[in-house]
Amino acid sequence: MVRDAVEREDHIGSYGTYILIWAALMVLLAVTIIVAKVEVSKYSVLLNLFIATVKAGLVLFFFMHLKYERGFLKGLLLMVLLILASVIGLTFSDVWYR
Amino acid sequence: MEEITAQYESFYHEKGRYKGILSWLMSTDHKRIGIQYLCALLAFFSIGVLLGLLMRLNLIMPGKIIGQETYNRVFSVHGIVMIFLFIIPGIPVAFGNFFLPIMIGARDVAFPRLNRFTWWTYLAGATLVVISLFAAGGAPDTGWTFYAPYSIRAKANITLAVAGVFVLGFSSILTGINFVTTIHRLRAPGVTWQNLPLFVWTLYATGWVQLLATPVLAITLIFIILGRVFGVGFFDPAKGGDPILYEHLFWTYSHPAVYIMILPAMGIISEVIPVFARKKIFGYRAVVYSALGIASVGYFVWGHHMFTSGMSDTARIIFSFITFLVAVPTGVKIFNWVGTLYKASIVGNAPMYFALTFIFLFSIGGLTGLIIGSLEPNLHLHGTYFIVAHFHYVMFGGVGFAILAGLHYWFPKMSGRMYEERPAKIGWFILFVGFNVLYFSMFILGYEGMPRRYFDYPPRYFTLHLVSTIGSWILAMGLAIIAGNLLSALFRGPKAPADPWGGRTLEWTIPSPPPAENFAETPVVRD
Repeated sequence: MVRDAVEREDHIGSYGTYILIWAALMVLLAVTIIVAKVEVSKYSVLLNLFIATVKAGLVLFFFMHLKYERGFLKGLLLMVLLILASVIGLTFSDVWYR
Repeated sequence: MEEITAQYESFYHEKGRYKGILSWLMSTDHKRIGIQYLCALLAFFSIGVLLGLLMRLNLIMPGKIIGQETYNRVFSVHGIVMIFLFIIPGIPVAFGNFFLPIMIGARDVAFPRLNRFTWWTYLAGATLVVISLFAAGGAPDTGWTFYAPYSIRAKANITLAVAGVFVLGFSSILTGINFVTTIHRLRAPGVTWQNLPLFVWTLYATGWVQLLATPVLAITLIFIILGRVFGVGFFDPAKGGDPILYEHLFWTYSHPAVYIMILPAMGIISEVIPVFARKKIFGYRAVVYSALGIASVGYFVWGHHMFTSGMSDTARIIFSFITFLVAVPTGVKIFNWVGTLYKASIVGNAPMYFALTFIFLFSIGGLTGLIIGSLEPNLHLHGTYFIVAHFHYVMFGGVGFAILAGLHYWFPKMSGRMYEERPAKIGWFILFVGFNVLYFSMFILGYEGMPRRYFDYPPRYFTLHLVSTIGSWILAMGLAIIAGNLLSALFRGPKAPADPWGGRTLEWTIPSPPPAENFAETPVVRD
C-alpha cells in the first residue's frame, strides 16, 4: 500500500517494470532490423513505422510517465499522433500511386 | 483611470540588474522581449520592402539596374527575409509576447528564461542568414523555398542560409511550447476556455502548429545540408533520391506555416472589430472552433503547392479536395466578422480601417486560393504571377494589414503615447490604393501567362508591369506616412490613457505603458 502511494505521488516505478520495458524495446528493435533485412513486402515500411510507434508509446508511457497523467494530456498526444500518421499517410498517397 | 496612471513605474523604467542595451537583451520581461522582437521584425520588413522595390524597378527596365544573377538573388533574399525573419515569427513573438500574459491576467509567460532564449536564438538565426548574404559565394539564388536538387548543387551560400533558417525554427518551436504552456497553466481566476480572448485562442492554435510542423522543416533543412556538405543524396535523383520528397517535406511545414502567419492575424481582427463595432463578437464559439479547424485541417493540404510537380493523380485529387475543406472554417470567420458589424455602432478609428481592409483583401486572397486549389486552373496558373498576387493578397493584404491594425490598436498601450488619427488614415488610404495597383495587376499578368521569377519578358506584358511598379511606389509612400506618424508619436505624441478605445480585454485595465509586474494583484475576471 505504501509503495502504491509513493508510486502515485512521486511516479517512481519498480526496477522490474523498467527492465521489462527495456527488454521489450530490444525485441522490437530486433524485429525492425529483421523486417528491414528480409524486405517482406511493400508493407515493410508500414510495419516498421508501426513498430516504431509502439516503441515510442512504451517510452512515453513508462519512462516519460505519461501513464500517470490525466486523460486530457493523453488526448492531446493522441491528436499529435493522428496528425503525424495522417501526414505520413497522405505522403504515401503520392508515393504508392505515382 | 487618472488615479491608476498617477503613481507607478512602467516596464520601461524597471531595468533590473543590467543597464543600457543589456537591460533589454538580458531581460526576461515578456514586454521587453516583445518590443525587441517588434523592432527587429520592422527592421527586416523594411529591408524586404526595399528589395521588393528594387525587383519592381528592374521589371520595368530589365538589365539596366541589376543583372540576371543579381535579380535571382534579390527575389530569393526578399522571400527569405520576409518569410523567415518577418512574417512567420511576426505576430506571436511581438504582439503575442507583449499581450498574451496580460490578456490572461498573468505576470509573465510560463518560462520567461526560455522566452529570452528564443529571442537570442532568433538573433543567432538572423545573423547567420545575414552573413550568408555577404560571405564569399554570394547570397542564395534558389528562391525562399530552397527547392532541391538545385539547392544541393548551387554555388551560392545556401548552407549558411539554410542553417540560419534551421536555428530560427528552434526559436519558433520554443515560443510555441511556451505559449501553449502559458495558456494552459497561467490563466487568472475566471479566465476560462469559454471566455478566453480570441487573440489568445489563435495564439494557442498557432502554438500547436509551431510545435508540430516546424520540426519537419528542421529535418528537411538538415537533409539539404547533408546533401551539400557530405554528398548524401536524399533529394538527388543521380544518387537514387527523390526531389519530390523534398517538396513534400518542405510544404508539410510551409503550408501549416501559412497558418502560423494568418491565425494570429485573424486573432487581432477578432479583437479589433468588436471593440470598434461596440458589440460582442458574433458567434464566439464558431470563431474559436474555426481557428482550431483551420489549424488542424491546415496540416493536410500541403500538396496543393505541388500539383505540377509530378505527384500522383490520386494525391492531387485528395489534396485538392482537402484544400476546399479548409476554406470552410475560413469562411465561417469572415461571416462572423461581418455578422459582428451588422447593426453595430461602428467607430471609424485607424485600427478599424486596417481591420476592415484585412477582411476585404484577405477575402480576395482566399477566393483566388480556391481557383488555384482546383486542379485544372492550377495547371494553367501554377508558376505565374497569379500565384505571386494570391500569395501577397493573403500575406500582405491579410497578415500585413492585421499587423498594422494591431500596431495601431496596441500602440498606445505599448508606447504610452497616442498617435495622430488623420495621418494614420491618409497613410492607410495611400497604402490601400498602392497595394491594389501593385498586386491586382499581377493577377492579370499571371492569367495572361507571365511566369514568376523571370528577369525579362515579352513586350506585351510591359504595360501591366509598369502599372504594378507604379503601385509599388504608391505603396511605399503609404508605408512611409504610417511609419512617420507612429515614429513622431513615439517622441512627441500626447500621453495615452489606460483605455483609449473602450476595450474589454485585460490589457485595457492596466496603465499605458504597463508596469513591470503587469497587475498589482492577480485580476479576477467575471463575465
